[in-house]
Amino acid sequence: MAERQTIDARGSFCPGPLMELIAALKLAQIGDEIEVLSSDKGSVTDVPAWVAKVGHAYVGTTEHDGYWAVVVRKAK
Amino acid sequence: MPKSVLIVGGGLSGTIVANGLCRQLAEEMRTGAVAVTMIGTSETHMYQPGLLYIPFGRMREQELFRDQRRVLDRRVNFFVDPAATIDVETKQVTTESGRVFTYDYLVLATGSRIMPQTIPGMTEAGHWFYDLEGARKLRDALNAFQGGRIVVNVNAPHKCPVAPLEVTFMLYDFLKARGLWDKTELTYTYPIGRLHALEPVAHWAQPEFDRIGVKYETFFNTESVDPATKVIKSMEGSEIAFDLLITIPPHAGAPVIEASNLGKGGWVPTNSRTLRREGSDNVFVVGDTTNIPISKAGSTAHFEADVLIDNLVSLIQEGRWARDYDGKVFCFVETGLGAGTYVWFNYTTPPNPGPPSQMIHWFKLAYNRLYWLSARGLL
Ligand SMILES: Cc1cc2nc3c(=O)[nH]c(=O)nc-3n(C[C@H](O)[C@H](O)[C@H](O)COP(=O)(O)OP(=O)(O)OC[C@H]3O[C@@H](n4cnc5c(N)ncnc54)[C@H](O)[C@@H]3O)c2cc1C
Repeated sequence: MAERQTIDARGSFCPGPLMELIAALKLAQIGDEIEVLSSDKGSVTDVPAWVAKVGHAYVGTTEHDGYWAVVVRKAK
Repeated sequence: MPKSVLIVGGGLSGTIVANGLCRQLAEEMRTGAVAVTMIGTSETHMYQPGLLYIPFGRMREQELFRDQRRVLDRRVNFFVDPAATIDVETKQVTTESGRVFTYDYLVLATGSRIMPQTIPGMTEAGHWFYDLEGARKLRDALNAFQGGRIVVNVNAPHKCPVAPLEVTFMLYDFLKARGLWDKTELTYTYPIGRLHALEPVAHWAQPEFDRIGVKYETFFNTESVDPATKVIKSMEGSEIAFDLLITIPPHAGAPVIEASNLGKGGWVPTNSRTLRREGSDNVFVVGDTTNIPISKAGSTAHFEADVLIDNLVSLIQEGRWARDYDGKVFCFVETGLGAGTYVWFNYTTPPNPGPPSQMIHWFKLAYNRLYWLSARGLL
C-alpha cells in the first residue's frame, strides 16, 4: 500500500532538503509520496526540476508561514 | 536494583556517552545505584576519519586502532556481542549469542555503513576509502595509477559530508607530486545542483576546481556501473567513462535497527531537539543512526553525545530535563595535503567558512591525535 512520509528539513543546511529527498526516495516504494518541508526557497524550484529530470512525479507545493511543503511521488 | 543505562554501539558517540556518564555519575556508580553497560561488535575502536589518509600513505593502519577497553572508562560493563534484536516495548535487547539485557534507559548508537551493493556493478568496479579494506585497495590502485580518467562519485546519503571534496583536493596534490596530474582527467560528481550540500562550501569549491582543472557534473545520482566498459551512469541520464572510479557509496544504518522495526533503512525516527526516539521516553538516539536531517559526522555525534549525557545525568539525579540539542555541527575541511579550513552551523545559524590556511590544516592533523581524548570524554 502506498505510504506518505514527511521529512522535516527546515533549518537543514547540510545535507539539505533535496539530498534528504533523494535518500528517502531510495527507500520508498513506487507510488509512495514524500512531503519535504523546507525553509529554503530554492527547494521550490530545485525539487520539481530534479524530479522531472529523473522521472518521478511532482505532486505540488504549498506555501506556509516561513516554509514550503513540496510533495513528490516515487514513479519508478 | 541499580538504574541501568544500556548503550548499543561502541563507536564514537556510544563511547563518549559511556565515558561521560561514568564521570558525571561517579558517586552513583560507586554505590551501585547506577550501572552503565555497552554492547559492541569489536574489541578494537577504529578512528574512521583516519581512513581518508590511508590511500595516500599519510597514515599507517596501526594508527587507526585502539583497544576499546582502554578507550572506555573501566567502570563500563563492555560486551563484544552484537545486538540481534531490540524490543523497546518489553525493554529488552537480545544479542547474537542469546544474552538478554534489560534497561531503564537505552541509547542507540549503532552508526551508519556503506552500501555499494545497492548500485549494480559498483562493488565490482568501484573503489572507496570508507572502510579499511576499501582504503587498502584504493591505496594499491593509486600506487599503480599512471594517468587516465578518475571519477570521484558521491552518493546520498553519506557520512562525513566534506570527505568527497577532501579526497579530490588530496588526489590533486598526490598526483601533482608524482608528475601525473597532466596525464589525469578528474571528474567529480554530486547528487544535487552544486558541488557540496553546504552552499558557501560549494561556492568556494567551484572556483578552486576550475583553477586546478577538476571537471564536475552536478545532479548526478548513480544508477549503475558497467564493470566491463568502465562507464558509470546516472539516473539523470548521463554517462562518464573512467579508468579509476572512487565512490562515496550510499549509506544505511545498522541491520539491527531495521530488523527490530525501529526505522526504515536503519535510520531511527528521532526528535531533533530531545534526541528521544519518536514514541519512547526512555530510548535515546545519538550519532549517524538518527533520521535527523543534519550532517552525519563525528562532530555531530560528539555534540549530540554531550547533550545526551547532561540529560541522562539530570534525569537520573534529579528527574528533570537539562537542555535541548541545537543542531550544532562543526567540520574541518582539508583543502589539499597542506591547507585546511573549517565550518560550523546549527539549526538557526547558517554556515560561513573562512579562508583556508596551513594552520587549520595543522589543527586537523592535531585532531587526528586528539580524537582519542575526545572519545574518552576529556575534550
Ligand atoms: C573516511 C571517513 C572520514 C571521516 N571524516 C570525518 C571528519 O573529518 N570529521 C567528522 O566529524 N566525521 C568524520 N567521519 C564520520 C564519523 O566517523 C562518523 O560520523 C562517526 O563515527 C559517527 O559516530 P557514531 O557513534 O554514530 O557511529 P560509529 O562511530 O560508526 O559507531 C557505531 C558503532 O556501532 C556498532 N554497531 C553496529 N551494529 C551494532 C550491533 N548490532 N550491536 C552492537 N554494536 C553495533 C558498530 O560496529 C560501530 O562500532 C568520517 C567517516 C569516514 C568513514
